[in-house]
Amino acid sequence: MTSSPRASLGLMFRLELTESLRSRWFHFYSVVLIGLMLLLILTGVSESRVLGFTGLSRLLVTYIQIAMAVLPLFIIVVTARSMVGDREAGNLEYMLAFPVSLSAWFWGRFFARLVLILTPVLIALAIAAAYGAVKGHEIPWNHVMLYAGLVAALSTCFLGLGFLLSTISRSTEVALGASMVIWLLLVALLDLLLLSIMIRSQFPPEYVVGIALANPLQSFRTASMILFDPQLILLGPASYVILDAFGVVGYVVWAMVYPTILGLLFAALGYWRFKKTDLV
Amino acid sequence: MGLIDINGLTKRFEKRAVLDELTLSINAGDRIALIGSNGAGKTTLFRCLLGHYRYQGNVQFEGARTARRDVGTLARIAFVPQLPPPLRLPVGDLLRFAEKGAGASAAGMQEIAGKMGIDLDEIRNRPFYRLSGGQKQKILVTVALARDADLLIFDEPAANLDPAARAVFIDLLAERKDCSMLIASHRLEEVASLVNRVIELDRGAVVLDDSVVDRLKAGVFRQCRIGLASAHPTFGAALLDWGFTETDEGRQYAGKIPAADTLRFLGLLSRYASLIEHLSLDTSDTGKG
Repeated sequence: MTSSPRASLGLMFRLELTESLRSRWFHFYSVVLIGLMLLLILTGVSESRVLGFTGLSRLLVTYIQIAMAVLPLFIIVVTARSMVGDREAGNLEYMLAFPVSLSAWFWGRFFARLVLILTPVLIALAIAAAYGAVKGHEIPWNHVMLYAGLVAALSTCFLGLGFLLSTISRSTEVALGASMVIWLLLVALLDLLLLSIMIRSQFPPEYVVGIALANPLQSFRTASMILFDPQLILLGPASYVILDAFGVVGYVVWAMVYPTILGLLFAALGYWRFKKTDLV
Repeated sequence: MGLIDINGLTKRFEKRAVLDELTLSINAGDRIALIGSNGAGKTTLFRCLLGHYRYQGNVQFEGARTARRDVGTLARIAFVPQLPPPLRLPVGDLLRFAEKGAGASAAGMQEIAGKMGIDLDEIRNRPFYRLSGGQKQKILVTVALARDADLLIFDEPAANLDPAARAVFIDLLAERKDCSMLIASHRLEEVASLVNRVIELDRGAVVLDDSVVDRLKAGVFRQCRIGLASAHPTFGAALLDWGFTETDEGRQYAGKIPAADTLRFLGLLSRYASLIEHLSLDTSDTGKG
């Protein structure tokens, strides 16, 4: 029988992997993310040139911008309904009667989901690299790796948020509704939307920059731009604040560390809440 | 000191107390039928014992007050829920999880499933939720019985089982002499042969705690006479199996019932209740059979 916390964690990790690998959400998610990359390759995006980007860089820029729209929404919606859905279905009642610690149960599931979420993105990036190699494009490995890091950070953030929502919601409907509202709010706070309205309304710039820095979607977006556009010409005047306060490397580090910590904090809060309330 | 001592257990949902200052002791070797109408608090009691719910009061396992959900305690409790969960994982993975996570014996599961009429190798790769209700219940019972548990908690365990599987299930439970049982059932007659104690819950409190074994001691018999409206070969054969003698062309039967088997015998009678015209169960006759 499983006795050590590590063995229990491994057991739950494998169990969640096995169960999710068979679930429709994972199949759909994988098809969308890998299919998107294949679609971009087939449509010849890498052969076009926009603002000086061409080749694999152009392909990656386009992919990552689209992924930014798809990935967080998908993660938060699917995750938010996971625990609460299991509770409603009676899965938790049965599975939590086994002698596996709650921490192993919760974190085993969390890390298994993280692996599941990242795998299709990494496969898509690997396909892009392979395609670049075949076509003779120069492969920007540092950018590929940094993109993978940014995606991992963003995924951790929204996964943690999803787990938190799932543990505090008493029904799947509430969890889904809350996840949609949060996602819409974060999208609205991207620089092109609410922030520009705030600036136009002469909202104090420090607050606007603070909101932008706090928004994990914005930090991902800006960092993904900074990799190919170190002067942040695309971003406009806001780039001065970012570059003065952080510098290129500093901002990329921020965009990786901050969402990761935020996601882990959300998940930890979700675990604490899970532990403190009725489990079923 | 009992196996489990429950003292002043109260569980409220919003302001309604589903369990209300419930005090109960479960001793090693107790085989308890937990009866009560819907909403009496049976499932809530199970969930409190399994640590699924927060509660007020005190639950001790072998005298030690444990944390709300203590892994060491759970390792000694096997549970079968009222409704099988719609788990997506394949049956083989569930069995492996039970083996590695709860110490269920792989050989034991194979043997028990076989007795229940389930070929584990055939369904090993099928998702659990795709099985029929009866198959799911059999798998859950298999997992629970293959564990080296000190307490079996079964919530309406036979609800989805066909009569043949139900009979096998009862036999399998009867074989488990090494552990205590807490079985919730709407049909007392179904588990009557298994239990030595009946507890009835009503609105979250114990209204009956009947230690059957105290009154129906082994070695004591009851004189029973049964008159049927008309002869019934199957019922007649069952009564002859109990050692009854037959008169009046299969319409009158008389025999002695071991007092300890009274509940099991009443379970038999309940299946043929419409045929019975006259019944006497003489409690004054306590002579040896």
